[in-house]
Amino acid sequence: MARLGDIAKTIRSKNAGVDKITFDVLFAARADYERVRDSGVLSRDAVGRIFAIDPALITDHVAFDPALAIKFTMMRRLPSGSPGDADVFGSQQYGPLIDIDVPDQP
Amino acid sequence: MPVSIQQARSANRSLRIVCPNGHLGFAPIKTGSFEIGCRAEPDLICADSGSCDVGPVPLGADISSSPRQWQEQDLETMLLASRRLGVPMIVGSVGDTGTNSRVDLFVGIVQDLARKHRLSRFRVGYFYSEVGSDLLRRRIEMGDPVEGLDGRAALDLATLDATERVVAVAGIHPYVKLLDQGVDVIIGGRSSDCAIFAAPAIRAGFPEGLAYFYGKVLECASFCAEPYGGKESVLGEITMDDVKVTAMLPEQRCTPASVAGHAMYERANPFYEYFLGGHLDMSECRYEAWDERTTRVTRPRYVPAPVLRAKLEGSGKIGERYVGIVGVRDPYTIGNIDGVIDWARGQAAERFGPPAAGGYELHFTVYGRDAVLGEREPMRSRPGHEIAVVVQGVAPTAAMAEEVAMIGTRQMFYARLPQVKGTAGGVAFLLDEVMPASPAYRWTLNHTLRVDDPLELFPTHLAAAGV
Repeated sequence: MARLGDIAKTIRSKNAGVDKITFDVLFAARADYERVRDSGVLSRDAVGRIFAIDPALITDHVAFDPALAIKFTMMRRLPSGSPGDADVFGSQQYGPLIDIDVPDQP
Repeated sequence: MPVSIQQARSANRSLRIVCPNGHLGFAPIKTGSFEIGCRAEPDLICADSGSCDVGPVPLGADISSSPRQWQEQDLETMLLASRRLGVPMIVGSVGDTGTNSRVDLFVGIVQDLARKHRLSRFRVGYFYSEVGSDLLRRRIEMGDPVEGLDGRAALDLATLDATERVVAVAGIHPYVKLLDQGVDVIIGGRSSDCAIFAAPAIRAGFPEGLAYFYGKVLECASFCAEPYGGKESVLGEITMDDVKVTAMLPEQRCTPASVAGHAMYERANPFYEYFLGGHLDMSECRYEAWDERTTRVTRPRYVPAPVLRAKLEGSGKIGERYVGIVGVRDPYTIGNIDGVIDWARGQAAERFGPPAAGGYELHFTVYGRDAVLGEREPMRSRPGHEIAVVVQGVAPTAAMAEEVAMIGTRQMFYARLPQVKGTAGGVAFLLDEVMPASPAYRWTLNHTLRVDDPLELFPTHLAAAGV
């Protein structure tokens, strides 16, 4: 077992327009990228469970080989900057991803 | 390995752009790497200056999100280099929002800087991006829907009436038109980031797919380089066959992974970028190392749109806003903070009625528990040993907003929890007052409007500067 935060090079979130937040998890090594991609810990369903949202709110989910990246995008709770939204840029939504456990390769 | 593109052009026919900042005026240009870029024979100096990331307040209130001093400083850095080198300078989505007042502000700053430095006479081209509500009303009434993006319903008249200001997002077209008129500086209203860079490349005859990709990769400056370090310059070169991008800061490199990683930045999908006129398909892109600090990209594809639709951004005012801040250290109170908040909400409702009927909003954001993620926070059942609650009162008048925020803040102090030990005050005040904040706005439009001519929403103008 390892933490995603120890394996990934970059874990970030950011607005994609005013109604969505997109998450990028990038790796330095292809083996790490494939390990996480194939483990399913960042699958659409897994992401839905982590954030306690209906997976239908995840509008895009892509494994992007050229950047060794897993990318997914979800609808926001509120449009960015509406009163009650406390993350105008969507830049801290990735926090819960850091501590995800990634199983060792079989 | 080929010669670095910093030393020599990689083809007989190429166009080079230096981008010094991914959001001009938002945090200052780092001038060291910009000077290196200026020594690499750029044909233009271009930067994006806006984003909807700053939230709906600047567009609604028609203000910038950063001080004028920072905007002047970045424009001065770019303008002096552009005039010294004799190459055009382009800034798009000026002043964060690209509204008409921001365009006028930036044109004025350029003219002031030209006077201050006694620059020889030069021509400034500019264009506006605001869309009047009359036009949108007519379209709705004619049955030509203003379609919603990202799951939003088509625009209705009630939402339009609740909207303060709308900008359309321009493509390359007003930039190409102004370049055709021979201007030296372009101050652009709201635009697609990539259009600012793609326009001069397409006008010079480079393939559209490569040109839009060129814009996409350059628009955030050093965000496409590693290690991370913002506000540093990058140099892009487009040829008939490829796009190359080089980090100008000696410590940074543009690698295939960093460039591919940036190509997917702040967009829902890594493969497609949409703009007025079509979209860019990056699914077949090849990224390869060209030299130590340069990455070469081939095979992006431009797909023209069958129907032209311009993206619209609109912001509407909800009300005036006041903010209060309290801290909590009692573990029992922390565990029952929702009860404290409910008490305060109840007190506001006793005074003004429920929020919808009373015409106000009262928001409680609990730092140390789930402020940032809300109900999506997996750790929300395990708050910290100390938390802060930020209270926002929003109402039609400042006086009422102040009172709503004050009730929300003060009444947490008086909340009645059955087993609380401390009876002299349920929360700790940072201030015993509430603070005036920016009025509250919301994004009312994230929509598209059909256009016959990609220039029809973006009137262009010329002005003189210099002596």
